[in-house]
Amino acid sequence: MRLRHFLTALAAFGLTLAAASAQTADQYKGKTVAFVPVALGYDLEDGWSAILKHQADKLGYTYEVRNPNLNSDVGAQAISQLITEKPTVLVIQNPDVQVYSRLIKKAEKAGIHVIQINMKSVAPSDYFVGADYVQLGQQAADMMVQKCGAGSGKSGKIAIVQGVLTAAASVLQMQGIDAVLSKHPDIKVVSNQAADWDSSKARAIMQTVVQQNPDLCGVVGFWDSMDVGTGSAIREAGKAAQVFLVTSGGGSDTACTNIDNGTFGAELSYDVPRQGSDMNKDILAAMTAGPAPDADKVTQITPLKVLSKETIGTTGCWTLKQLQAAAG
Amino acid sequence: MSRNLNQERIVLAITILLFAFFALTLPGFLTVQNVLTLLRSVSVLGILGVGMAIVVVGRGIDLAIVAIMAVSVALTLDQSAHGVPLGLATLMGFGFAVGCGVVSGLLIAYAEVPAIFATLAMAAIIAGFGQSRLLSLSEIYVTPASEPLGWIGTGRVLGVPSPVLILAAVALAGFVLLRATKLGRFIYAIGDNPRAAHVTGVPVRPIIVLQFALSAITAFLAGLITATSVSSMNTRIVDSTLIYDIILVVVIGGIGLSGGKGGIRNVIVGTLLIGVLQNGMTILDTPYDEQSIIKSVILLFAIVADSIVNPRDEQTAQQGDI
Repeated sequence: MRLRHFLTALAAFGLTLAAASAQTADQYKGKTVAFVPVALGYDLEDGWSAILKHQADKLGYTYEVRNPNLNSDVGAQAISQLITEKPTVLVIQNPDVQVYSRLIKKAEKAGIHVIQINMKSVAPSDYFVGADYVQLGQQAADMMVQKCGAGSGKSGKIAIVQGVLTAAASVLQMQGIDAVLSKHPDIKVVSNQAADWDSSKARAIMQTVVQQNPDLCGVVGFWDSMDVGTGSAIREAGKAAQVFLVTSGGGSDTACTNIDNGTFGAELSYDVPRQGSDMNKDILAAMTAGPAPDADKVTQITPLKVLSKETIGTTGCWTLKQLQAAAG
Repeated sequence: MSRNLNQERIVLAITILLFAFFALTLPGFLTVQNVLTLLRSVSVLGILGVGMAIVVVGRGIDLAIVAIMAVSVALTLDQSAHGVPLGLATLMGFGFAVGCGVVSGLLIAYAEVPAIFATLAMAAIIAGFGQSRLLSLSEIYVTPASEPLGWIGTGRVLGVPSPVLILAAVALAGFVLLRATKLGRFIYAIGDNPRAAHVTGVPVRPIIVLQFALSAITAFLAGLITATSVSSMNTRIVDSTLIYDIILVVVIGGIGLSGGKGGIRNVIVGTLLIGVLQNGMTILDTPYDEQSIIKSVILLFAIVADSIVNPRDEQTAQQGDI
């Protein structure tokens, strides 16, 4: 008898559950999320995309990517087109602070919720998920002070390898670095050049810098993909043990490999899986919020993870394969 | 006077002057180590320049050279990372490069599409197809599986970096090909006047195909150096200004784009100028953007000097520039 009661209860519970999940599925069905990255084909963007797709598949809404392939004109066209197609949520990675700003305003006016990822535009939108590049610069400079500054017994000479000079990521990181170094006259910047996110250029620059400054103590690089070039110049000069290279990036398995083999001293990582799940939360919030743009903007700053020889054993790196496998 | 002062000599003079200037003013410029670094940093450019020169002398141009370099080497690294034996993967990359070169050559020689359009289209096709279909990511890293190739970019023989030695070998091979073989003479003949060459019995079409295959091989070699020295191959290099730099070292050294003129020596002179400039300015900590401006101004100066010393005459006007 008790068993029957239990079974009935269980069946009832099951029914409610099914109804509830049917309701959630219905709630998202027919909605669309569109993603306009800077370019696919990099661990960062492919990683985000895999996570966004994963949730879309699970909850039954449509997910699509328009890939401008590093061309901001194509990106602007894609966004304009999407504004007429009216997706529920538009995820945008800005190539610089200006180029999409008007389109972002237009999209929000048309009732599309816009999430900006990692690179901010001057136009604020409902949601921003990303790293704080000023803080990133500060943290990297702090590392330099600690490794090379007064009291470390080292020369205090450091070099900086920027990305594209005008990119927000370069400008803001430089602000952070300047803020710290202005208080530390013991640190001397012997070279500060832009390598345009290109590992070959970074390598050529660093080779000359290391040679001209045999007592170089540290290097701040602005992106891990580029800094494999920086690091290989240092390694080839036989200075890997002397020169501490700190870089930043999404923290994929490439970062761990390079920390493991000594190319990078440390990587400040803005944790792609975390950013992906932050975006997914924002997407659900936006879908339930209705078409009007929110009055207050939601900003989620991704906390930086420090990846180094000491920490990669415990925190580890992510691989694109894992994320894609999870997304099915 | 004008016979003694051609563009090659002007550029060589500028290079020597700059070298002397940096040697006197910059501490640490005139050291064996720095000169080797200087040569090393332009070795890839020089190798690609030799490949381009072989095509340009025959009145062609290969705008697909960077795309071939990026995709073929990325293919090798990607395949070896996914378990294909390194030897086979290298062969696949090499085969892909040669295949692309041959297709370009066939389009130009047999379909008679102008080289500039055929290779422009090929560059876009190779890069697009490679990035979207052949490769797993836009940037392919050197993995432990492809590590045995490492010496190509990072090795040293008797203290000389291997890329410098490879540049020397490629330049020598190119020199011998163009100056000492029948094939080389044919290439000059085609560049000078394709129709006359054809009438005199030169197998024009097969030689054009061969030229593009050769430039593709230099591209693969240059790509291996690039990839192994920075432990990765970023196929986005296709979108960079590298292709202009290659044409620049070819043209600045004095090889006319109208074909039939110049040789490997011109490429070496052009490459050295770029190398001295880049190295000196990096030591001076000149920002990258300013480096490009200064580089362009000096190159423009060399071209203007040439057109003053060697004014256009009826013959050059007839042949035309590109």
